[in-house]
Amino acid sequence: MYQDLIISGFGGQGVLVIGRLLSYAAMRENKYVTFLPSYGPIMRGGTAHCTVVISSRPIGSPIIQKPLSAILMNVPSVLKFEGKVKHGGLVLYNSDLVDRTMSKRGNMEKVFVPATTIAQKVGSDRVANMVLAGAFIERTKVVSFDSASASILEAVGERHRDFVHLDEEALRRGVEFVRSGMSAGLKKD
Amino acid sequence: MRGSEAMAEAAIRAGCRLYFGYPITPQSELAEYMARELPKRGGVFLQVESEISAINMVLGAAVTGARAMTSSSGPGISLKQEGISYMAGCELPGVIVNVCRGGPGLGNIAPSEADYFQAVKGGGHGDYHNIVLAPSSVQEAAELCYEAFDLAERYRNPVMILCSAVIAQMMEPVEFMPPREQEKEEKPWALTGAKGREPRIIKSLRLEPEELEEHNRELQRKYETIKAREVRFESRHLEDARLVVVAFGTSARIAASAVEEAREQGYKVGLFRPITLFPFPKKALRDLAERVNKFLVFELSAGQMVEDVELSVAGRVEVDFYGRMGGYVPSPEECLEEIIKRCKERT
Repeated sequence: MYQDLIISGFGGQGVLVIGRLLSYAAMRENKYVTFLPSYGPIMRGGTAHCTVVISSRPIGSPIIQKPLSAILMNVPSVLKFEGKVKHGGLVLYNSDLVDRTMSKRGNMEKVFVPATTIAQKVGSDRVANMVLAGAFIERTKVVSFDSASASILEAVGERHRDFVHLDEEALRRGVEFVRSGMSAGLKKD
Repeated sequence: MRGSEAMAEAAIRAGCRLYFGYPITPQSELAEYMARELPKRGGVFLQVESEISAINMVLGAAVTGARAMTSSSGPGISLKQEGISYMAGCELPGVIVNVCRGGPGLGNIAPSEADYFQAVKGGGHGDYHNIVLAPSSVQEAAELCYEAFDLAERYRNPVMILCSAVIAQMMEPVEFMPPREQEKEEKPWALTGAKGREPRIIKSLRLEPEELEEHNRELQRKYETIKAREVRFESRHLEDARLVVVAFGTSARIAASAVEEAREQGYKVGLFRPITLFPFPKKALRDLAERVNKFLVFELSAGQMVEDVELSVAGRVEVDFYGRMGGYVPSPEECLEEIIKRCKERT
């Protein structure tokens, strides 16, 4: 198997946490993985992104200009990365922050996830990233839910330990959102 | 684990208990890791007032026989050059990590490999060489950093690890080596207090030309030994390759993807990746030149290693170059395009 993706959003939305979550989960499954964060003077409210490659074979380049998939959490990210996703690729949007009309691309699968709304129902809009992570793993099966769930603490770090149960619930809701949407046939654009 | 942290952990496991540094992106995580871990593991972390202090503290620690390390990025490494030259002149071990960023000058913080000349051709003044290691994965960064301390002591010479910000910032799984006991045995050259024995002298000042030339001869003999024993490289698909891409570090990762894709499309392409930049795998490339049509050197610079490839190949076959500068990191697709262009030129 092989999957690569770019995850992008505002600093503080937990973009890098999604990347770390997928990476640790892939490690749990003995897969090869590279996680390349954007780095340097990134602040809350600025933009942040990361690139994750997961494969059953050794990974060549950790740098991907045209990803197979993307998780885009705000409008600047859509403007920057949507056009780069490969034909036939997959993009997940936080549709609470990205209006469908912002998306100009065709030739690919688009999944609009009201991640912030779902996260608020779980208990905090801070776990919207986990909703998207859940949706992504359910849609792509790049790692299992169990591996992802078991990797939450490593991904978020000790100081966010209090949020781990919310994170896990949000991850589950993301999975459920895709499952119910898929069965209703609503997701394809 | 992040590459910069993996190098720090590997250094501690190699017995390094002294780290001196000054923060600079994109390698500050290495220093942060040391700041967190060294005090817990019987070591000392010092954030000093400048890179010049840091390298001279490494020099001072090395004089006593201790395993010491510093790290920085381009601008900071430039400041360290005086100290590195002194270490080479004094024949002192020490490990210096350069996480290379876009230059020249302050440049930017994006990944680059344009410090090749500085690392490989001296950087500081005088006839000397660093041993230069170029990891291309987080695992290899850890392994080379671990071994760097042994190499530095074996040859009493500074060892530089040259990698781009991609290797330092990227997270990949790492398997670590067993932690090593700090050596109890005294090094026969270290200054440890001359009570009860003849004093030892460590210096780089030799005013008499005869004496300094003899010292230089000895250094050169040492470099010849290093060239004979320590060359390392990795290659793939060389059996039937007509075009061989030569790349190190991060560019080799990108090239690896491109080469695999080119082969799937039926092009006879191979990859040659120097792991040691000094000593450079000159002979291996020369031998290869006897049976391939062309080399394509691929670098994150305006073309620096390409000169060493040209020297190695000595005009036997054509050596072509493709590179990007200023912290721009090309995609495997871009590299593939360059490969295919060259393959088609041949036929």
